[in-house]
Amino acid sequence: MPFDQWGRVGIWRFLKKLVTMLLTLLIVSLLVFGAFHMLGGDPVTAMLGMEATPERVAAIRAEMGLDAPAGVLYLNWLRGFVSGDMGTSYSYDIPVATMIADKIPITLTLSLLAIVMVVILAIPLGIFTAKNENRPLERIIMVINQIFMAIPPFLAGILLTLVFGLTLRLFTPGGFVSYKENVRQFITFLFLPAFAIALPRAAMAVKLLRSSLIAELKSDYVRTAYSKGCSVNRVLYRHALRNTMLPLVTFLGMAMTDMIAGSIIIEQVFGIPGLGRILLSSIANRDYPVVMAIIICIVFMVLIVNLVIDIVYGMIDPRVKVY
Amino acid sequence: MKRKVPLRFFSVMVICSLTIAPGGCLGDKQGDEVLSSVITVGIPQDIEDSLDPHRAVAAGTEEVLFNIFEGLVKPTSDGNLIPAIASEFHLAENGLVYTFTLREGVKFHDGSIVTVMDVVYSLKRCAAGEHGVPLVAAFVNLRDVFSLDEHTIEVHLHEPDNDFLAALTVAIIPAANDSPARNPIGTGPYAYVSRSPQENIILERFDDYWGEAAHIEKVVFKIIANTDMIVMELEGGSIDMFARLTSSQAAELSSQFDILEGTMNLVQGLFLNNAVPPFDNELVRQALSYATDVEMIMLMVSDGKGTPIGSSMFPAFGKYFLEELAEVYSYDLEKAKELLASAGFADGFSFTITVPANYLQHVDTAQILVEQYRALGVSVRIELVEWDSWLSDVFAGRNFEATIIGLTASTLTARAILDFFYSESGRNFTNYHNHDFDMMFLRALASTDDEARTEYFKECQRILTATAASVFIQDLPEFVALRKNFRGYEFYPLYVQDLSRIYLVDER
Repeated sequence: MPFDQWGRVGIWRFLKKLVTMLLTLLIVSLLVFGAFHMLGGDPVTAMLGMEATPERVAAIRAEMGLDAPAGVLYLNWLRGFVSGDMGTSYSYDIPVATMIADKIPITLTLSLLAIVMVVILAIPLGIFTAKNENRPLERIIMVINQIFMAIPPFLAGILLTLVFGLTLRLFTPGGFVSYKENVRQFITFLFLPAFAIALPRAAMAVKLLRSSLIAELKSDYVRTAYSKGCSVNRVLYRHALRNTMLPLVTFLGMAMTDMIAGSIIIEQVFGIPGLGRILLSSIANRDYPVVMAIIICIVFMVLIVNLVIDIVYGMIDPRVKVY
Repeated sequence: MKRKVPLRFFSVMVICSLTIAPGGCLGDKQGDEVLSSVITVGIPQDIEDSLDPHRAVAAGTEEVLFNIFEGLVKPTSDGNLIPAIASEFHLAENGLVYTFTLREGVKFHDGSIVTVMDVVYSLKRCAAGEHGVPLVAAFVNLRDVFSLDEHTIEVHLHEPDNDFLAALTVAIIPAANDSPARNPIGTGPYAYVSRSPQENIILERFDDYWGEAAHIEKVVFKIIANTDMIVMELEGGSIDMFARLTSSQAAELSSQFDILEGTMNLVQGLFLNNAVPPFDNELVRQALSYATDVEMIMLMVSDGKGTPIGSSMFPAFGKYFLEELAEVYSYDLEKAKELLASAGFADGFSFTITVPANYLQHVDTAQILVEQYRALGVSVRIELVEWDSWLSDVFAGRNFEATIIGLTASTLTARAILDFFYSESGRNFTNYHNHDFDMMFLRALASTDDEARTEYFKECQRILTATAASVFIQDLPEFVALRKNFRGYEFYPLYVQDLSRIYLVDER
């Protein structure tokens, strides 16, 4: 939304932002490629296993065009990528684009589901605890909240699997169903993993919202609002809550980018064949066209989220309008 | 050595509590499975080399492709070769010409009939390879292959080679298929349907199969990359079968499963780089062999199961396997110390064992060896590496001191497993150079008389043991978990899973 507060197009700022984004992507791709070449290992030996005699390795390297120097390989990759060709997976012999396109919806759904859960859990609980500060129920909630904050997603995932999967038998561990087969079962299965990622973030968001609300409720404008006869709820929702939105949105933005990356771990725990699973196996196989594409993809998602957060900032608080 | 794998610790917790978790209430689900006749088989890795049977090399790939493809002949579970796409074959007196008669009416999965053209195409493809290196190594020896008439093929060799028949288990694929890696078409009991990377590979029963048709209609190979998930997925019901469990995993499973016990058919050993001091010294290698307590390793790694071996051969090769070689270096610490002293290492030395971290049994073995060699005054450091680094640095690069791995045979031939020690072999990663061994190996390959050849291969093994080429440990036990309503699992002396023989029993 490249408009400033007078409705003029902040086109230069927007372009500047765009150039920064592209530069970030370029640098990331260079770093990943460099790291890969320092890591050692080789897609051909990965492919041939214990049949990797020097002659066979050389033959296949030549066949796959891997015998060129690293710089040339990078430029070839970049040229392809810019023209929309992400290459072919060495391990799967299918175009990287199709391979990733199949997996993005899984990881994205997982992250979105998690962020929705954070919002649904955190806002009511944050308001409730701020409103009832120091009451017994609030104390109990905050202690539990503190515990949840400390539980890393992978542990939450394992505990949830244990309770819901093996004891209550409400879901099948590892029983992932692809969205192509059945969307409802797909979402149902992702519910627990998303919850595992969402839990610590939601707990943090509750704490954040509660403390900023309490701070706001002690400020001058709140006293003024009360003195002009506003009800508690009106003060809370119309005045104080609006002012706590800025730190909350900042936090949610960070949490969102965190969750995209964090889903890699939770995908392992629940056996979800999303981007993270593919990323790990491709690293192990030195299947670098896939690794490059996935990392670029994740970085791109993070950049987009940041962009959206910047725009939302401007909407919440015109003083910090970016465009 | 401390590994930071918190995940494993917690799943151990989870798994421990499995035993107290109430079982049952799975009945309704099993009912559905009986009707639809699907088996979901967990596999630890996806097919990452190729679906093209001539390019596939990984053992994990071969076990899946075995159900889809067949050659002129195919291996049976008792280790013999039987005619498959060929109905009969004949080897000429001079050992150079095989004549095959095509079985009538064998169909590919796309419905077309297998012709002599397809056979000639497939065999020539294996021999060709784009850069002068044959796709299938044994096909270096193929001189020519052509059809005599519509049912007869002649295969001509450069040199007599009794093992070549085993190489003719290579898949016959349709000449008309221009993309065998993306659209695999074979003649096996199951046809390829689809795959999703890191998720699954789906096969369905081929109803026009020439032989006895498979029982189960649909097979889903589900990839379970996280080994900590295996027991959970079996118990939770998302997979019905898993081969190659460790003994502790097998012990954790409930009564819903039959645990079948076989052998992995591999040569597990502490492989020593013979080009690196002090392992260039035969006495040092012998000392390590004496200091290795195989019984203890078997006890710690797999509850005492497994078969001790003394050379590069495992019991499934009944004809070649020499049981007595396992006795040559029975545990004797005093003798080991003497040998080490006479080699000039009375004060011991230190070395590093590089182990691929994904093979739990090998990692466990390494940890036990550290303790055993400490008694000898030898200090050992373990370096865990990921599989691909192992392949490129240790196997292809030969840049290591010692490593623990299992050698497997890709075909039912002694050659496939002894080739690892032949001087000229590209797979001789331990840099073992022994003139006598090379002579015996070449004599065995050149010999047309089966009895003499077997004796040469046995002599090869004796030389490996006498010179302590490496520390040969055991053939690991294999545990297969199969849900109770399935039966019919068969062990092969090769790394394959034959799903066509598995059938359902209705328990109610």
